[in-house]
Amino acid sequence: MEIVEHLMYTKEHEWVLVDDDIATIGITDYAQSSLGDITFIELPSVDDEAEQFGEIVSVESVKAASDIFSPISGRVIEINTELETDPALINKSPYEKGWLAKIEIADKEELSNLMTAEEYENFLESSG
Amino acid sequence: MSLTESLKKTSLYDKHIALGAKMVPFGGWDMPVQYEGVIAEYTQTREAVSMFDISHMGEFVVVGDCVESGLDRIVTMSLEDLPVKFARYGMMLNDNGGIIDDLIIFRMEKDKWFLVVNGATTEKDLEHLKSSLNPSARIEDVSSVTAKIDVQGPLSRDVLKSIFPGIEKLEYYTFDFFNYLSKNILISRTGYTGELGYEIYLPWDSIDVLWNKILEDKRVRPAGLGARDVLRLEMGYSLYGHELSESITPIEAGLGKFVDFGKEFIGKEVLLKQKEQGVDRRIIGFVSDNRRSPRAEQAIYALDGTEVGVVTSGTFSVALQRGIGLGLVDHGVVKKEDKVLFGNEKARSEASVTSRIFYKGGSLKD
Repeated sequence: MEIVEHLMYTKEHEWVLVDDDIATIGITDYAQSSLGDITFIELPSVDDEAEQFGEIVSVESVKAASDIFSPISGRVIEINTELETDPALINKSPYEKGWLAKIEIADKEELSNLMTAEEYENFLESSG
Repeated sequence: MSLTESLKKTSLYDKHIALGAKMVPFGGWDMPVQYEGVIAEYTQTREAVSMFDISHMGEFVVVGDCVESGLDRIVTMSLEDLPVKFARYGMMLNDNGGIIDDLIIFRMEKDKWFLVVNGATTEKDLEHLKSSLNPSARIEDVSSVTAKIDVQGPLSRDVLKSIFPGIEKLEYYTFDFFNYLSKNILISRTGYTGELGYEIYLPWDSIDVLWNKILEDKRVRPAGLGARDVLRLEMGYSLYGHELSESITPIEAGLGKFVDFGKEFIGKEVLLKQKEQGVDRRIIGFVSDNRRSPRAEQAIYALDGTEVGVVTSGTFSVALQRGIGLGLVDHGVVKKEDKVLFGNEKARSEASVTSRIFYKGGSLKD
């Protein structure tokens, strides 16, 4: 499973890219592989308030529906609308074209609740 | 003991693991749900050829005259007029007309019948058959020695004719016996995908040789139960435990055409009454207005919010690029082209009631 070095991760297999006050969020390669072919996505609206570890996106694969949780609190400032017509982008490119939303970070302290790439790799190994 | 240890394995289990399959419990068996991915396997089946391990199905051989043995009275399809080497789909019913199982019966010889039933219901079906057949009939459960692979897709005939010369002569719902590794194996032109395809029944211990042989043809790829479910649902085919159960009749399930009312059979009285007086509920097909898929056990509502039924099967249709579903609804409340909602208390999506045959471009009868 691909893990990207400069991102931070949650136990629910979401990633976050921090660029100053803006966080770009998505799901990991492990998550997209477990979900299988993603067929539908319900993104938040711009200006929605995200809460750390709160539900932010719902996705459906051929077989099941799942919730995705926000790695960070803050206001949604942009969403990846391309996913609405082509949700399979998440499967093809989970760390780049498959990004979900950009969030204006409310509290940088929350980043300490996330895992580094190395910690996430260990977490994946230990959870088998 | 963990759940997986108690699951039965087909003789291709190690091959599935080696091919990278994701395994899931299905009707008491540990079965491959997908290899490279459900949509890729779906597309492979619609455009080329896929091979499925369906060894979990149950198989019985019944020997005896169809009427004297009692077999004809146990099933809904007519057997007397079924020619040798033809197959027919139908159901076994209880006294209330409820469906014990759906099955295909193959007439191997004038008085020899091959019954193919669902994996999860094999034991129940065997008990029902044993207690309902007349003492003169002989029944043998060959499930544990019979493996089954389905080869499905528009190129399936081309792929199989080099291994089984003469297979190209098989018409839809006919079968024949072919020699393979000095064994006599049954191949029928049947399937569950809506594509041209074949179902191959062979001894449990010879299946891996044939599996490898067919996979040598690069046009063929393995496919799992995930793709199979999308393929069958796009065709509106019923799945036991979803559209079919002991508390639903063939009339309610929309399978009246697989019932021969010209003969006597268990459950007939109830069905006749339903035919005359109408049914209270029935299975309908519906297409989501967007990419959101209905899921089994969600509720179906009329536009005014009244609950009118339950989703029995739902998935994402690759052909339509929308969610599709089958559901059991109160009869007369929703009609074709009506709008309905599917979902739960919290979230609902709009859908249109349509024909349950969602996909019409298949190579089934080519």
